[in-house]
Amino acid sequence: MNCQKCHKPATFHITDLTGDELLALHLCADCAKEYLNPEEDESQIDAPTLTNLLTKQLKLGQTAEELAELDNKECPICGITFFEFRQEGRLGCPYDYTHFADELEPLLVNVHAKIEHVGKTPKQGAYDAESQTELIRLRREMKKAIETEDYEAASKLRDQIRQIEEKG
Amino acid sequence: MLLDDLANRCGEWLRGSGPDSDIVMSSRVRLARNLADFPFIRRCTDIDRANIAATVHQRLSTIAEFNEATFFDVNDLETIDRQFLVERQLISRELADSEGARTVAIDQLENLSLMVNEEDHLRIQVMKSGFSLHEAWSQINHVDDVIEKQMTYAYHQKLGYLTACPTNVGTGMRVSVLVHLPALVLMQQIEKVFRSFQKINLAVRGLYGEGSQAMGDFFQVSNQITLGKTEEDLIKQVGDVVPALITYERKAREQLIRDNQQKLFDQVSRAYGTLQNAQQISSEETMHLLSKVRMGINLGLIGDLEIPTINKLFIHTQPAHLQKISGMALDTANRNIERANYLHTQLRRTMDN
Repeated sequence: MNCQKCHKPATFHITDLTGDELLALHLCADCAKEYLNPEEDESQIDAPTLTNLLTKQLKLGQTAEELAELDNKECPICGITFFEFRQEGRLGCPYDYTHFADELEPLLVNVHAKIEHVGKTPKQGAYDAESQTELIRLRREMKKAIETEDYEAASKLRDQIRQIEEKG
Repeated sequence: MLLDDLANRCGEWLRGSGPDSDIVMSSRVRLARNLADFPFIRRCTDIDRANIAATVHQRLSTIAEFNEATFFDVNDLETIDRQFLVERQLISRELADSEGARTVAIDQLENLSLMVNEEDHLRIQVMKSGFSLHEAWSQINHVDDVIEKQMTYAYHQKLGYLTACPTNVGTGMRVSVLVHLPALVLMQQIEKVFRSFQKINLAVRGLYGEGSQAMGDFFQVSNQITLGKTEEDLIKQVGDVVPALITYERKAREQLIRDNQQKLFDQVSRAYGTLQNAQQISSEETMHLLSKVRMGINLGLIGDLEIPTINKLFIHTQPAHLQKISGMALDTANRNIERANYLHTQLRRTMDN
């Protein structure tokens, strides 16, 4: 009989009780050792997930009320709450880096050690952060207006969006 | 370019040429970029995603760098075709498995791939055979400049290029080398090496990225930090450990030969024999045995087989490739039989010559 995990000859025959079921395993010496003494997954230790890191960091020096309030903080541009970011580990739009700057800074220090970009910069000088994030906000509002069947507001928003797009 | 045309070729990362390519399979640089006037992917509506995909396609298909590239609508591809592109390292599993409008542009040589609507709006990747990080960086830097002329990136004065995940912010750059380290694995030295890498902020992953097993003794070494260092610093950070890694692996191989050449020769020959004669074989076992044979060739223990042949077998025996080459949809059991057949034909042919 060969090892179920690696096809080497099985020398260990283990019966394990998992929950209510019996699990029969046939393993070679190496896989049996690993099965019986699972080493902690190194990558998990050395690269903690972003969400774990955040939770740990937030628990330090904040009361439950402060945390709840922070979780409710919402980006005016994309509408993501800090809670949603904490859960998913992904931000909602470029403006989040500004809106949640204070909350993100300790996280960035933790991950990168430094918090100032020193690499490449875009060569196009005409970057206008405000009108770009404005576009994200207007598109979201237009979608909401359509959803609530407020077509008058939607058409005004559409005109505003077109104006900015044409300028850009 | 059709996907079926790619199937019979080897692809860049297994071409097996370039400096130190017996150990360093390929070098890769990827940049994460986002458009300034759209929310990040998680907050995108279906319309936003479709807009992003259409905008990118329209603006890039007019420029020289993407003239020869093919744009694939990933959403329209069959599952097997998506898996095929993952096996070739041209798209990520995340892009293959997600939903909604998403595309990939791939150039003729399979050096350049541009994923649209992955975790970030744009994921640009350049891959080169062998240890060629600087060449990869200079190509991707140029492509990035060209794309930037066509669209406005989300960029922050202090934080640099803005990304959906704060772990990529700043340069948005991941530099990685794919290394083949069979002797260090056999000597049980690999953990020690990688633990020392983690101390200097380098990540080690398996062949197919995050969470994948170290199949066939292939490992990817890459930078973890993306902010507060220049792109050249990051290239250097990863590049600096490679010569040491090459030395360790070469020493481990010498040691194996010195300690017990006959035992090593036996292991390599058994691996070769199994690959030639098996009647059914899984892709994991195939990778494991091909790895031993590859080392055997590099050490001169096997004389009738060339490295490019072995490299080709690594990719052609992957599930989606196998099905493309045989022209049939096959379940796992039938794939194992077809894989054995394929290996038999490929390796017997070399023997008869």
